[in-house]
Amino acid sequence: MMTPVVRPDRATTTPAKRTKGSPRYSSPAARRRSLTGWAFLIPAAALIGLMMFWPMFQALILSFQTGRGSNLDWADPLTFNYDRMLDDDIFRLTLTTTLLYLVIQVPIMLVTALVLANILNNPRLKWKGFWRTAIFVPAAISLVSYSLVFRTIFATDGLVNDALIWVGFIDNPINWLGETNTARLVIILGLLWRWTGFNVIFYLAALQNIDPTTLEAAKMDGAGPIRTFFSVTIPQMKPMILLTVIMSTNGTIQMFDESYNLTRGGPANTTMTMSHYLFDVSFQNNPNFGYGAALSYVILIIVAVLAAIQMKVGDKRD
Amino acid sequence: MKPSKAPTRTTARWREVPKYAFLSIVALLSIGPLYFMVVSATNTTQDVLGSSMLPGTNLIANWQSLTEFQDVGSAMYHSIINAVATTVLALVVCSIAGYGFEVYHSPNKDRLMWVLMLAMMIPFAATMIPLFQLFADAGLVNSTWAVVLPAIATPLLILLFRQSARSFPHEIIEAARIDGLKEVAIFWRMFVPTMKPTYAAAAVITFMTAWNNFLWPKVILVNPDYQTMPMLISNFTGGYVIDYGALMLAVLITSLPTIIIFFVLQRSFVAGFTGVVK
Repeated sequence: MMTPVVRPDRATTTPAKRTKGSPRYSSPAARRRSLTGWAFLIPAAALIGLMMFWPMFQALILSFQTGRGSNLDWADPLTFNYDRMLDDDIFRLTLTTTLLYLVIQVPIMLVTALVLANILNNPRLKWKGFWRTAIFVPAAISLVSYSLVFRTIFATDGLVNDALIWVGFIDNPINWLGETNTARLVIILGLLWRWTGFNVIFYLAALQNIDPTTLEAAKMDGAGPIRTFFSVTIPQMKPMILLTVIMSTNGTIQMFDESYNLTRGGPANTTMTMSHYLFDVSFQNNPNFGYGAALSYVILIIVAVLAAIQMKVGDKRD
Repeated sequence: MKPSKAPTRTTARWREVPKYAFLSIVALLSIGPLYFMVVSATNTTQDVLGSSMLPGTNLIANWQSLTEFQDVGSAMYHSIINAVATTVLALVVCSIAGYGFEVYHSPNKDRLMWVLMLAMMIPFAATMIPLFQLFADAGLVNSTWAVVLPAIATPLLILLFRQSARSFPHEIIEAARIDGLKEVAIFWRMFVPTMKPTYAAAAVITFMTAWNNFLWPKVILVNPDYQTMPMLISNFTGGYVIDYGALMLAVLITSLPTIIIFFVLQRSFVAGFTGVVK
């Protein structure tokens, strides 16, 4: 399915003398136009081919090789890197951690975003501009920046502990980033902070596209707001919900910046994501490109499988 | 219905209270960390860890301690060059591609478009190592090209411009052709000026993504002399004693360009993300 079976358009390969009376084009002008079209899209197509598809196939080859640095040779046995993964405790830990982030954070975030979008979409809501800006602004902050802000406010002597002690919820400061569960919680809170508003943007766009007559019809039929929301609004938002599910799944599976900057993967690698581990294997200390490539293919396969499942589920129930 | 209207309105107003309370909490949590970042940039490390929520007087001292060990000017320069070059090239390459796919569409071009859209599902992690090898072999490690080239052509941006080209009336193109305008001139003199909002939206999201990009620059910009702002603040916490005031100032400086763009061009920001799916 992924093979780029792009046959060159016949127009580009046809000798010039065939222009007249060529059955493919009504006129020389039409042929020239088609060529212009190809010229317009070739730079982008070439870049995507060279910068995305070619490296993707190259990584597959690489995942069957071993060696130090650029001295790579075929692995013996060929699946050596993949076999190694099965006994790699850190790999298994990062896989579990990444999936944990996914199943906890994405549902909470998307439901919250859906609720917020519905509140913001109400035409009678006051100070709408302010609420929108306040909710969207985290989406403008770089992942590294917010990771470091969160690292600071969740420090043992940081803002969050001070606030919790002041309110009286706790007596002694919590070592948020020093314990596995709390450190993972901080990462999840960070993700929620950064990405909820981003998804509200998409849901608001979807809500504004909903046909108002369907909502009126539901009201006429005596449906309450909750019933209308689930039976009329949600079904019309389904394509957008599917899109946000796929986007956030992809983003979480590939998460790197937060793991690297907020918790540095610690304590004892328990907050480390797969991409973070891949980075360490490939570019830190003793770079191992072969094993790194094999790890990267696990990420690729997970992304592809989850997207396929989500699209299947999203297509159903109609 | 009519006699009961007045009491209903008051109960309706009371029913609004939880909604506004919820929004207030969300807004507070949303803005809180950013407010703290801004305030802390003017405070001493002691005040930052003392959770001072008021602006201090340590801004200049923080700047001095920041620039004493960090080459902020160089990182800023590289961030700007990388982000601007990426944005300009991405707008040119993706807009002509989107226009080309729509205006000159043929079965083969549609097939190619479909293949290119598949690239959206390729995780960056799976291309990172071969990309590094590619640029290393070309002797382009530490270069602007290595940062910019992988970010120019993105399926999402091509799709955005293809959607906008779809809304561009075909009769205008036909009329221009009859008037003898060349194909490139039609694109340049008619499509580009009418599609300014699309270009603005595309520029905002491309610039923001490029400015905030971290993993790839970290991989390919090996020499610290070429590091970008996100890399600078990420390396900042490497030491044992952290000057939190200076750190928050550096984080603020890193975030400022994208925050300003967000506030000035909020409409384009929203359109850039949702333009494709609308």
